[in-house]
Amino acid sequence: MRLNRIKEMAMQGVFLLTAITSIAAVVLICIFLFYNGVPAITEIGFLNFVGGQKWAPTNVPASYGILNMIIGSIYVTAGAVVVGVPIGVLTAVFLARFCPAPLYKVLKPATELLAGIPSIVYGFFGLMVIVPFIREHFGGGSSLLAASFVLGIMILPTIIGVSESAIRAVPESYYEGALALGATRERSVFKAILPASKSGILAGVVLGTGRAIGETMAVILIAGNQVQIPSSLTDGVRTLTANIVLEMGYSTGLHRQALIATGVVLFVFILIITLSMQAIKSRSEKYG
Amino acid sequence: MVNYAINKITLRQRLREYKKKPISFLLLLIVGLAALFSATALVFIIIYIIIMGVPHLTPDLFALKYNSDNVSCMPAIINTLIITVLTLIISVPFGIGSAIYLVEYAKRGNKFVKVIRTMAETLSGIPSIVYGLFGMLFFVTALHWRISLLAGAFTLAIMVLPTIMRTTEEALITVPDSYREGSFGLGAGKLRTIIKIILPSAMPGILAGIILAVGRIAGETAALLYTSGSATGTVSSIMDSGRTLAIHMYVLANEGLHTDQAWGTAVVLLILVLVINTLSAFIAKKLSSKN
Amino acid sequence: MDKFTIKNMNLYYGDFHALKNVELNMQEKRITAFIGPSGCGKSTLLKSLNRMNDLVEGCKITGDIKLNGEDIYGSMDVNILRKRVGMVFQKANPFPMSVYDNIAFGPRTHGIKNKRELDRIVEETLRDAAIWDELKDRLKKSALGLSGGQQQRLCIARALAVKPEVLLMDEATSALDPVSTGKIEELCLRLKDKYTIIMVTHNMQQALRISDKTAFFLLGEMIEYNDTDLIFSSPQDKRTEEYITGRFG
Repeated sequence: MRLNRIKEMAMQGVFLLTAITSIAAVVLICIFLFYNGVPAITEIGFLNFVGGQKWAPTNVPASYGILNMIIGSIYVTAGAVVVGVPIGVLTAVFLARFCPAPLYKVLKPATELLAGIPSIVYGFFGLMVIVPFIREHFGGGSSLLAASFVLGIMILPTIIGVSESAIRAVPESYYEGALALGATRERSVFKAILPASKSGILAGVVLGTGRAIGETMAVILIAGNQVQIPSSLTDGVRTLTANIVLEMGYSTGLHRQALIATGVVLFVFILIITLSMQAIKSRSEKYG
Repeated sequence: MVNYAINKITLRQRLREYKKKPISFLLLLIVGLAALFSATALVFIIIYIIIMGVPHLTPDLFALKYNSDNVSCMPAIINTLIITVLTLIISVPFGIGSAIYLVEYAKRGNKFVKVIRTMAETLSGIPSIVYGLFGMLFFVTALHWRISLLAGAFTLAIMVLPTIMRTTEEALITVPDSYREGSFGLGAGKLRTIIKIILPSAMPGILAGIILAVGRIAGETAALLYTSGSATGTVSSIMDSGRTLAIHMYVLANEGLHTDQAWGTAVVLLILVLVINTLSAFIAKKLSSKN
Repeated sequence: MDKFTIKNMNLYYGDFHALKNVELNMQEKRITAFIGPSGCGKSTLLKSLNRMNDLVEGCKITGDIKLNGEDIYGSMDVNILRKRVGMVFQKANPFPMSVYDNIAFGPRTHGIKNKRELDRIVEETLRDAAIWDELKDRLKKSALGLSGGQQQRLCIARALAVKPEVLLMDEATSALDPVSTGKIEELCLRLKDKYTIIMVTHNMQQALRISDKTAFFLLGEMIEYNDTDLIFSSPQDKRTEEYITGRFG
């Protein structure tokens, strides 16, 4: 009997320990990234680092300014949002409110499968199909436009999934209330249901933004990777993520540390997104 | 008196209604077009890759040996298998263990539980390149494991931990309380109840989550590039560097020298990942229809 | 004059025969009450009058329902029908927007965009619904912050804002406290000068207090329909008598 009790207690302890791994993982990731990245930022100077337009790590003297990459990431993410959010939200509206049941059985798994395609496959597809298409019709090729379009498709499943559940969570009484006032099905959905699900949809958009800004392998193949602030959609652009992968292989010393610091900047972006995500969630829990 | 339904809305009635409300019709149209676009994107990508890639699925592509003339993807497939098994060995016990703690042991509304959930959510939001950086700094450099399958597997294990945790949690929650009460009622302890009653009935859901994780592992590139590396050939130990299929794909696409083989590899990778995902969805669906 | 005439109406939910051979005429500018135990079909009949049953999968209706002699299941535009026949639901369902926008939702739906016109309609309907004084200072506030009784009166006002001819009330006071219920009953009595009101109620006292006509339903059949005081003082059917004396239901 006694032995049994000890066994129970011990296993509870074991389960507790496994539960702590996620906390430990986040803490470890933070410590290692910041420990390895922050010294570089202090050495380069915070403003020179995030505000500098010149990235020339192999020059003598070297310059480590990542402003172009920060802006590149923001542009690409914004582009992905412009492409992905309207299509994603409207698809979610269709799935939740207008889709006939037999079609839903096909369409829903299809949108989920979109999430399963590895990013490298998206990137390769973009490289072989989208980039030549853009080169032929708009000029340029690997560009902000190509990256925005492919990333827009990549974030579709996230936006569709979250928005659809947000729309489905709206009480049917809103819909009936609008219909009973003589509104058409479409008006009832767009004017009564969508406003009521806006915080859930916003959460989906934020989540999609996080995916887009952190995306690496697809972007690296199709964005061109030139260190510049693009002046048109068909210009090449380098993101924070691409910068890390492209140069980590041969970098040493301060250059390597600067790349890790680039990761720190990316990580801070992601933390901000995660935090605002949780803020939206707790807000919508409070106000229905 | 004819006894026919009077409340059926015919297509013609609907059209007449839309004629009066063109904006409603427009809304319906764009919503339908958006859904069509989403579905077409999937179908187009899959079919295009299959059409371009299948002709290049030659026996050479699956030769056991890799060399610069014949960029076989077989070693990469074997490496992918090894890294998948390693990752699961590490992450599954931790993922299931934490889910058991959260669902079966922790009290509701516990602050600690909230912290764990927040952390798991944070983990699932971290992009794979950041995991790659961390793996490189911690496993490869700080622990001196060098660039190796083991370092890659540990990196991926942290990355898929939230997936396994969340799906297991959901599976455990759907186990009816009556099972627990029944088992306690027979004098079984908590541990015995969990192992003998709860885990078996939650198994399909847990399995679906694990398979989903396998899909992510097989498709992952950015987290592995600087942890398990891109060495060609089959590894002789887990402390060696070896490229997975996805990394192989990246190298081929990036070099641009072996486009045919790249298409072939893309088919293999795509089909592999889609089959894995479909399998996971299938199991999850079977589970939900059973309940 | 008869507002609604129902002839030989049957309604099925799949195989379930929910309403059987209903024959009923409802008079203009009167309050008609439907009473009966749960599941007797009274709410179903009410929802057939503005075609809300169209939303129910597998619902099939046969027979004839006319509004002012016009077949509502014929060529009439369903959205126009619902504008003419407003509805208030059992549970107050204000939209998650401001009081003003709730009221303006209907008029905007039907094409009124002019701000001054909307302002006028909002004030007028809120006065009509006797809730203007309570709400005039919080028009821009969210309607979800109102009390349950205020929400329901707001929903009545919202329905009135599109100038309906008929107002359907589906157990509109069943979720409210007695004071709020009293206010809504008072409102109904005032509104019947302008509108035809048809209400479903669980509360026989309520039917007795405010309705002119009462129809009693049981298991999908309309058992008896008469002036309210006659139904309650000298019911013709034994089942009606048993119900109103509280022997079942």
